[in-house]
Formats: sequence, structure tokens, C-alpha cells
Amino acid sequence: MISEKRFLRRFQESDFLYDFKRSPVTIVSFAVVVVLFLLAVFAELVAPTNPFDVGSLNLMNGFTPPMQPNAFTGEVFPLGADNQGRDLLSAIIFGLRVSLFVGLTAVILAMVLGVSLGLLAGYRGGWVDALIMRAADIQVTFPSILIAMLIFGVARGLLPPSMRDELAILVLIISIGLSEWVPFARTVRGTTLVEKEKEYVQAARLIGLSSRQIMLRHILPNVLSPVLVIATITLALAIIAEATLSFLGVGAPPTEPSLGTLIRIGQDFLFSGEWWILVFPAATLLALALSVNLLGDWLRDILNPRLK
Amino acid sequence: MFLIILRRLGQSVFVLFLVAFISFMIFRYVGNPVDNLLGQEATVEQRDALIEALGLNDPLHEQYLDFVTRAVQFDFGNSYRGALPVADMILERLPATLELAIVSALFAMILGTLLGIYTAIRRNGLLANFIMSSSLIGVSLPTFLIGVLLIWLFAVELGWLPSFGRGETVQLGFWSTSLLTVSGLKSLVLPAITLGLYQMTLIMRLVRAEMLEVLRQDFIRFARARGLSERVVYFSHALKNTLVPVITVAGLQLGSIVAFAIITETVFQWPGVGLMFINAVFFVDIPVMSAYLLLVGTLFVVINLIVDLLYLAIDPRIRDGQLRRKVDD
Repeated sequence: MISEKRFLRRFQESDFLYDFKRSPVTIVSFAVVVVLFLLAVFAELVAPTNPFDVGSLNLMNGFTPPMQPNAFTGEVFPLGADNQGRDLLSAIIFGLRVSLFVGLTAVILAMVLGVSLGLLAGYRGGWVDALIMRAADIQVTFPSILIAMLIFGVARGLLPPSMRDELAILVLIISIGLSEWVPFARTVRGTTLVEKEKEYVQAARLIGLSSRQIMLRHILPNVLSPVLVIATITLALAIIAEATLSFLGVGAPPTEPSLGTLIRIGQDFLFSGEWWILVFPAATLLALALSVNLLGDWLRDILNPRLK
Repeated sequence: MFLIILRRLGQSVFVLFLVAFISFMIFRYVGNPVDNLLGQEATVEQRDALIEALGLNDPLHEQYLDFVTRAVQFDFGNSYRGALPVADMILERLPATLELAIVSALFAMILGTLLGIYTAIRRNGLLANFIMSSSLIGVSLPTFLIGVLLIWLFAVELGWLPSFGRGETVQLGFWSTSLLTVSGLKSLVLPAITLGLYQMTLIMRLVRAEMLEVLRQDFIRFARARGLSERVVYFSHALKNTLVPVITVAGLQLGSIVAFAIITETVFQWPGVGLMFINAVFFVDIPVMSAYLLLVGTLFVVINLIVDLLYLAIDPRIRDGQLRRKVDD
């Protein structure tokens, strides 16, 4: 076990930090992700108003342009107000929370599922392996957004109508999570096939550890760095998938608008000239997705130079 | 060789039956055909009669076979909303989606190849670098945002092109086309760019990478040494050798185009099958969802099969190596 101090020094001297400091693009993307993440976590404290508090909304404030006092009430909104007089900045911060929450939990679901199946397939081999990898092969021939839409539709059909809006976020997480597990499973299976032939696994087997212990305690730690890279890239995909579904009206419910929902609302007002209702949520989504993507690319180059 | 083709075919048939089975399970268990056909005031006798008539008491495998048999005859039951036959709805909307998909695919392939060649030849040129770096942004933009931004620029601000619908259509037999009217063609521009942009950048980057690879090789140097003009070297020697991977990727991307047509059709309110599917998901119209899954699933399986077989026919190296691995593991 290394002490905290030594760990810190090792981190300071690592290639990881060295490369990070030398890549301005990565530093900027990292900063953007951290800032957006903190905004989402502390939404109640940061946002000027609570966009879900119907009592505080004043319809007279509707369509107030950014940084201009409203003609009737004189209120000023930094990013303007939407059609219902809701402060757009607050709506974006709370929407960011929904988008990030759905994206992160969906990735965790996909990761847990994919890593478990990949370990199982690689370690057990035989028909278990054939079954899992066949399923993966078939699933990847269909675009994941299509699969997510189908799962979402089926789940809606299975739920009673009264619960559809209530559970929409959960359904959304499951749909996206189930549509993205394949890359995790394929990578983990490949690494497991290599690792299980190594001596430390043979030794673990000799001293009578169970397959489960060997998979989770011994093999899993050795396959984590590619998993981290895939998770980051999948996070960007999941955020975009969530926004797409919500934009199409088959995602987050109107009571919990995500960035995609806000863009959907904004599109309706493009023709009447209220551009800010569309542009600010779209810019936030783009900044988030692009930064996560760039971080993922950087991580991939650092952790696996062969893939360059 | 023959064995490989046979196994590949068997695999496709298996996937087709699997897709059909999932569609069947959705059709049979997610929706409730009896409630949806009868409404709430039906008597128990009416319900029992309908259950018997629909064959819902038969063993599961017979119901499945029945479902497949009817699907092959293009009978998917009636939509829950409006009670129209789903097959008629699909036939009415399919031309719109196919026209959009084909035009986008052509746009992506032609422009993607041309830009790929250009950026490869002028590798260090200012314009080529600009095209390459802006293509990175194009890849990160979600499809729906591309559509919305194009509408904002070309329909709202400049007012050049319509922002929704298909324009006027002309009926050619059962096929309604928007390719023969001015308003139809104008309506097609923005959706086709939205749908094809991602594929275009993909093909462009691929052609560029392949061209750079080929241009390094000896036969190109030899062709130059023979005094052939640059144009002949680039187009008839180099380009020909880059086309195999481009065709396969383009073929496989055809499937994605169909999937992403759902998004594009929703943004532009394009009256195709994708918009029909999204509405079905929203209103939980199970027969439409099930039929769409079956249709798109079949399309994907067929595209994948054709691409794999083409691969086999075009490139003999793959005949023994890659494809066999793909079939076996």
C-alpha cells in the first residue's frame, strides 16, 4: 500500500499529468466539463430562480430578450426568458442536470452490463461466450439510437398511461444503457481472454479461489483502463442520444425538461425571431458533448498509445 | 467458398427470424389487441369471440408462424390510431423516406469522394485544412441540431428554402414523387443535407486516408515517371484503388441513413415512415412499431448480407481471412 503523500507525488510525476498540462485543448475541455458538472450538481444554489416553481412564473415575462429589461415588468434575464416567462439560464442549469444525470447513469448501466457479460464470455468461453458475442454482433448491426427508441416505445407500452411521465427518466436511462453495452463487452472479453492465460490467474485458480473471485478481484482490475476510455466516449454518445430522444418528444417528460427538450421548445420560436430560446440550450449541449468527446480522445491516446 | 456463403446466408436467415420473433412478442404482449379493437364497453362474449377469431388461444409457436406468414404477405394488422391497415400506411409513406435516403446517400458519396480527393491532393493547402478541421465539428454535431441550424439559416434568416414538408408531389402509379416539382426539389435540399452530412464527412475522411496511402505506392510513382498527367494519375490510377473500402462503408452506412431518417423526418416534418414510427412510439401504437421493426430489421439484414458478399466478390484476400473469421467467431 502506498501512502497518500507518495501517491500524490507519483501522480505529480506521472506522464498523465505531464501530457495533460501540455494539451491546452484537453485543459479547456476538462474545465468545461467540471464547470458544467458543478452547475448541474448545485443547480438550486446557482440558478437565479427555480424554473419548476410555477408560482414564481410571470407570463408577462414571456419572450424577454437576453440582457434587456422586460417591457411590462422591467425584469432582466441574463439569457432571456422563454415563452412562459421562465428564466432561460435557470432552465438550462436544471436541464443540464437532467441531461448529465441520464447520461451518467445510462453509461454506468451499460458499463456494469457490458463488463459483466464481457468477463463472463471471456472467462467461461464455450457456449456462454458464443451466445453473448452473437447477441452483441446482432445488436451492433442496428444503430444504437434506433434500439434505444424501440426499448423506450416498448417500455411505454408496458407501463400504465398514468405512470408514463413519472417513470420516463428511468425508462430513458434503461433504453440508452441497454443500447450501448456492446463496446464494453467486446473490449473486456478480448482482454480477459489474454489475462486468463497468465500465471497469476493460474495461481489464483490453484489456491482454490472461485471463478467469481478470480473474475472480479484479479481480472477486472487489469481491464479497467480501456473501460474508462470507452465509458468517456460512451458518455458523449449517451448525452447526445438523450438529447435526440427528448428533442423528438420521446424522452424526458415536460415536467423535467432536459437540454434536448429545451431545444425542442426553442425550435418552435425560431420563426418568430426569439432565437435565444433555441441557441443557448443548443450551445450548452454542444459544449458539453464536444468537451466530453475531446477528453475521451485524449484519454484513449494516453492510456492506449497503440490505438493512435 | 460455397460453404462460407451458405453459412453467411444461414446466419442472415437466423437473424431475420429473431427480428420477426421480437416484433411478434411486441405485437402480441406489449399491446393488447383485444382491448384496442373492442373498446371498453364490450361484453365478455364479444371478447371471447374476438380472442378466438384472432387465434390468441392457439399455442405460441402457431401464433408466431401465423404472424410471420401474414407479415410475408405484407399484413401487419391495423393501427391502433385511425384503424388503418399498417401496410397501407407504410406503402403510402415509403416513397418519401426512400427518396430522401437515396438523395442523401448520393450527396454523401459524390461530395464525400470529391472532397476526399481534393483534401488528399492538396494535403497542406489552406482550404483543405479548413475542410478537414470543420469536418471534425460536423461529426460532433447531433443530427437534429444540424437540421435545426440549417432551418434557422436557410429558411428563417435567408428565406431561400422551405423548412418543412415535402412540397408538391406527382403521382406515378402508386409512387408519389417530389423529385419532379420545383417546390418538391427545394423541400428536399435541407433534409437531404441534414441526413447526409455525417456520412459525407465519414466518406471524405476515408477517401482522403485511402488516397494518401495509395499515392505513396510504387505504381503511382511509376505512372508519374511515365509522364502521365496528374489528372490521369489521380483519377484513373489512384482513385480506382481506393474505392473498395469506400463502397463497403457507404453500403453499411445506408442502414444508418434509414435510422437517422427518423430524426431528420421529425425535424422537417417529412411525411415518411420515420415520422410515422416516432408518432407510434409517442402514442404507443404497437402494430406500427412492430411492423416498422420488422421492415427496418429486414432491410438491415439484407444490406449487411449484400455488403459481405460484395466484399467476398471484390477482394480475394478477404475470401480466406477476414470474412471467415467473421463468420466463425
